Amino acid sequence: MRKNWIGIPAIMILLLLPSLSVAQGDDEILTPVDDNLSATVADNSVTPDETELRPAAGEQLEEPDPGLDIPGIVTVQNKPNDAGDQLIVSFEPAVNSEGIVTYNIYRHIAEEEGEDTWNLVKIVLAINPPEFIDGYDPEYPIEPGVLYEYRVASVNADGDEFFGPVCTAEVVSKGEWFHTDKTRVLIAGLLFILLIFYYFGKAQRGTKMYLRPIAGIEAIDEAIGRATEMGKPILYVPGISTISDVATIASITILGRVAKKIAEYQTRLIVPNYDPIVYTVAEEVVKQAYLEAGRPDSYDPDSVFFMTQSQFAYVAGVNGIMMRDKPATNFYLGMFYAESLILAETGSLSGAIQIAGTDAVTQLPFFITTCDYTLIGEELYAASAYLGHEPKQIGAVKGQDACKAIIMSLITLALVLGILDLVANTHTLNWLRDLVTVSIVE
Amino acid sequence: MYDTIGIWVGALFTLAIYSFLYKENPVYRLAEHLVVGISMGYIIVLIYNTVILPKLLEPIFGGNHWLLIIPGLLGLLYITRFIPSIAWLSRYPIAFVMGTGMGIGFPLTMKAYVLRQLEAAVIPLYSSGMPWHEVLGNIVMIFGTLAALIYFFFSKPHKGLFFGTGSKIGIWVIMLGFGATFGFTVMGRISLLIGRIQYLMGDWLHIIE
Repeated sequence: MRKNWIGIPAIMILLLLPSLSVAQGDDEILTPVDDNLSATVADNSVTPDETELRPAAGEQLEEPDPGLDIPGIVTVQNKPNDAGDQLIVSFEPAVNSEGIVTYNIYRHIAEEEGEDTWNLVKIVLAINPPEFIDGYDPEYPIEPGVLYEYRVASVNADGDEFFGPVCTAEVVSKGEWFHTDKTRVLIAGLLFILLIFYYFGKAQRGTKMYLRPIAGIEAIDEAIGRATEMGKPILYVPGISTISDVATIASITILGRVAKKIAEYQTRLIVPNYDPIVYTVAEEVVKQAYLEAGRPDSYDPDSVFFMTQSQFAYVAGVNGIMMRDKPATNFYLGMFYAESLILAETGSLSGAIQIAGTDAVTQLPFFITTCDYTLIGEELYAASAYLGHEPKQIGAVKGQDACKAIIMSLITLALVLGILDLVANTHTLNWLRDLVTVSIVE
Repeated sequence: MYDTIGIWVGALFTLAIYSFLYKENPVYRLAEHLVVGISMGYIIVLIYNTVILPKLLEPIFGGNHWLLIIPGLLGLLYITRFIPSIAWLSRYPIAFVMGTGMGIGFPLTMKAYVLRQLEAAVIPLYSSGMPWHEVLGNIVMIFGTLAALIYFFFSKPHKGLFFGTGSKIGIWVIMLGFGATFGFTVMGRISLLIGRIQYLMGDWLHIIE
């Protein structure tokens, strides 16, 4: 009993020693002995055994980072409307967020063992919500049906990591057959396709359909005739996009029509290509056009060629052709980027008649200023129907007009509803907005 | 040493390409043929290292992803173009690329160029607290969109009050939009030119810092 009474003041003295030593001045500082500091240091439960007195070496030393509070458990949900390659991961952030800059989220397959199996899949800033969609990084994809484990680390400004518990995902990723967020896109697509097929059928049944004249398209025949009269070649540039681009497909269709006419007139055609797949398609189309024109022997295999897949190298090559071969007519139809002005300006210098067409809004102004005729946006898509005069294609153009009429009707309805809401203090426009709104992120 | 050679080569080829502004000449022709050839060689190496090796050869031989042999063989069919008797086989990969391209592109185009644009146009002209310039902007946007759409009607003659006047307003709106785009893009191009002049004057000739 007596021993206990002696021990209490002794412990108190030992406890007070550190604070006394700090109060004495800047010469001495408390330094924890244990490097692996835990939350116990932060909550002031430091015992004398864990500290030692160390003299300062001339300058004031900062108190080292006592460690960070660790994050809690990780919750994983299957992401709906995906191909089974994404998971929604959320975690409980640290209760005491002081000193935490980011959270590093690691993942590995549940059966895997060893520290090197963990992959850093996401860094979440401490100020951001503690959740993310895992599977975006192609380096570490999510496999459908695979069970994963996650662990989250609090990270301080020095990059030190303090790990929370390892959590096994409650679910595995599962793909869906139907993306419910795309229902509106499906309905709109079906409606538009049905309208086009309706007019398509109507045209096939022999109904006469009117197409208003477009100057750029009417000038194509004239331009081919000019080249024939001058005995000079015709240059056809199908743009620098891939075959999946609508503008490229429209361009290739027009190339077929143009090549057929060129074959009939026995004029030389030059088609330099940027994309290897577009090149193969263009070659087939031109060959077919010569065949349809009844002049397969006139087809020159060197007329359609691949140049390069580097944007400005391609421009340099085409410019060289323009200045050396001096084509009488230049067609720039398809998708263009920064090279549009360089091409069209050089063509203008060479004295060629130029017809351009693209749906690239940023490049259209350059074509308008430098070319004789420009097909703006949808005029390019309609051009093949104009040139072919086929009832089916004219029907398709009519169908597209009907689609535009629907869009115009909806905008007009929105205008009327907006005014009605203003006058009658109702909220009818919101209904229409909800009807046409599609989610941004899928 | 190598940096200096690189700067000299870059500068001389820049001047060679700019010589086209005077007229087509042998120096330009040399630069043109070199840039076309080198770019092609570079792209072949780039595609081998970024596509063929990591996405085809390594997964097949390193990861036993044997299914990748199918697209690999489909791609090889392009080479049949060099053998006239079986050149028709190259149409299969072309058809595949076009089909998938259209299939993927259709819903994306429908969403980005139709529904999202429509959504942006379905707005009230005025709501309480809206500043006057925003109201004016809304009016211009809604009526401008309608007029531009009228211009792109192909199956109706552009005559009369609705189609005639509407399409005239439409083409004005389109041209005003193009004017703004033109100015914006020219500014970007000028900055590219400035960058090149800085390279010539600074890195090469050291006239400017």
